[in-house]
Amino acid sequence: MTIGRRRPVVLLASALLVSAAAALPLLPFVDNYVVSVLIVALFAAYFGQAWNIVTGFAGQLSLGHALYVGLGAYAAGALFFHWGVPPWLGMLAGAAGAALAGAVIAALSFRFRVGGVYFALLTIAFAEFTRILFDHFSWVGATSGLYLPVANRAHDDLLRLRGSPAMFYYVLLALTLGGLALSRHLLSRRIGYYWQAIREDEDAAQALGIDVFRYKVAAMGLSAAMTAVGGALLAFYDNVLFPDTTFAIGRSVEIITAPIIGGLGTLAGPLIGAVALTALGEVTTRLGSGLAIDGLKQWLFGAALLAVVALQPAGLWPWLRSRLGLGGDRR
Amino acid sequence: MTAAPLLAVQALARRFRGLQAVDGVSFAVPKGGIVALIGPNGAGKTTTFNLIAGALVPDSGRVVIDGSDITGCRPDQACHAGIARTFQLVKPFAALTVIENVMVGALKNGTDMREARRAAAELLERLGLAGKAETAARHLTLPERKRLETARALATRPKILLLDEVMSGLRPAEVDAMVATLADLSRATGLAILLTEHVMRAVMALSHHIVVLHHGRKIAEGTPEQVSRDPQVLECYLGRAAAGGGG
Repeated sequence: MTIGRRRPVVLLASALLVSAAAALPLLPFVDNYVVSVLIVALFAAYFGQAWNIVTGFAGQLSLGHALYVGLGAYAAGALFFHWGVPPWLGMLAGAAGAALAGAVIAALSFRFRVGGVYFALLTIAFAEFTRILFDHFSWVGATSGLYLPVANRAHDDLLRLRGSPAMFYYVLLALTLGGLALSRHLLSRRIGYYWQAIREDEDAAQALGIDVFRYKVAAMGLSAAMTAVGGALLAFYDNVLFPDTTFAIGRSVEIITAPIIGGLGTLAGPLIGAVALTALGEVTTRLGSGLAIDGLKQWLFGAALLAVVALQPAGLWPWLRSRLGLGGDRR
Repeated sequence: MTAAPLLAVQALARRFRGLQAVDGVSFAVPKGGIVALIGPNGAGKTTTFNLIAGALVPDSGRVVIDGSDITGCRPDQACHAGIARTFQLVKPFAALTVIENVMVGALKNGTDMREARRAAAELLERLGLAGKAETAARHLTLPERKRLETARALATRPKILLLDEVMSGLRPAEVDAMVATLADLSRATGLAILLTEHVMRAVMALSHHIVVLHHGRKIAEGTPEQVSRDPQVLECYLGRAAAGGGG
């Protein structure tokens, strides 16, 4: 934390960025399509932040975060569909359920000393198992999907999360900024120091009095709850849920890409990675349709990932930081 | 030794497959005492450390600190009972800065970040690492890492500090500096120290009492002078001839 004297500059820059982000949907050239692209970026940033807590901060590799997206999405979606429960309440229920699921999976794994790659495999297994379970779960529509009722309305209904893309944009912007603030707070407190100590060396951390098991389970529970909150929003934005897409392995992989490209374990990394990836995706989609090259987008994504891993393995943000002379080689 | 030692190790034993690594070892460390655990390679020193610090569970025997039995406790519980240890193969939190490494130790005593930072800065000063406070630990040299390891352990404010080969790899001048630092610390704060060490220069200068292990058994103990004259000790260190004519 060497930012000390640079704090005013950092604060000013952050304030400018936030105002710019808030003003974006009001600009003349920003239509619903552009807003939908921005929403994609914000979802990636927010899910990345949530995943970053357990893997970036606490060092426990989860490759099954689609599970928590799905639990949040289905909890909020099904409660609204069947009983008209307001989405924000359903979101809380989903977050609680996901926190419990994450904590139980983590506790089972760590109690039996399953770590590293084996832990990652186990997280995939639980996500896949849940996907198959939901394929046969008729209360939420099973494989036919869960469709949330959509009605044309003149005004955005924030309480019921029914409305325009711009409304979702602002909700997601607030959520992402909240995620950033929460991550920053946690990292500056004892729990953040303990998570990082565990990530760096578990034996040394334990010898310094840290109840490693408890802190790892807490990281997973919190990360899962945050992910589920995003999942609930996703349900009301997409209005339709299928187990095969909601719990897809592909989604778990998408979630981890932004933070890895932006800078694993850093605060701004997930956000910067999400913006960079979405921008790259849009440019290549347009190029691809112009040039009629199939799969150009996927190809360039892979190339970008390879380039970052080969050239800047710490991610874009640590590299940007040092280029901008912000000091501090981590956050 | 006083009637109630700070650390009492009683008939500690641990077996690895066919090897009896530690075989009924007993000794005690009084408050403020500095005790060295010495012996040839494979004598069971590090295993004994691990049994005391909770990294290994003993097959039998007891570990009592300040009257409370911590036999079979986890390392973090042993730490909360007042035991801090360093690792023979240093384990810095590589991506964290030097001061953050020490703060992790200091945070055992409370969640106040400012207080943890203050305590950490003080220890870095004491161990001559103040100039490196904001450096990432991965950039430290080996002697610096050893000092960081010691600072981090001390930051937990232990009753007893277990130092596992903390002098090895240091130059003689660095050994002397470390010995002076540890002796000062023990005198100033009443901290007890249990150390294993191959560097005899440090063992002789620092310890009040020496316990000698060989093949997992305690073969001698006493003051540095007593131990250095003990025929059994000379035999295991130097061979039969040096112990005064075999036979």
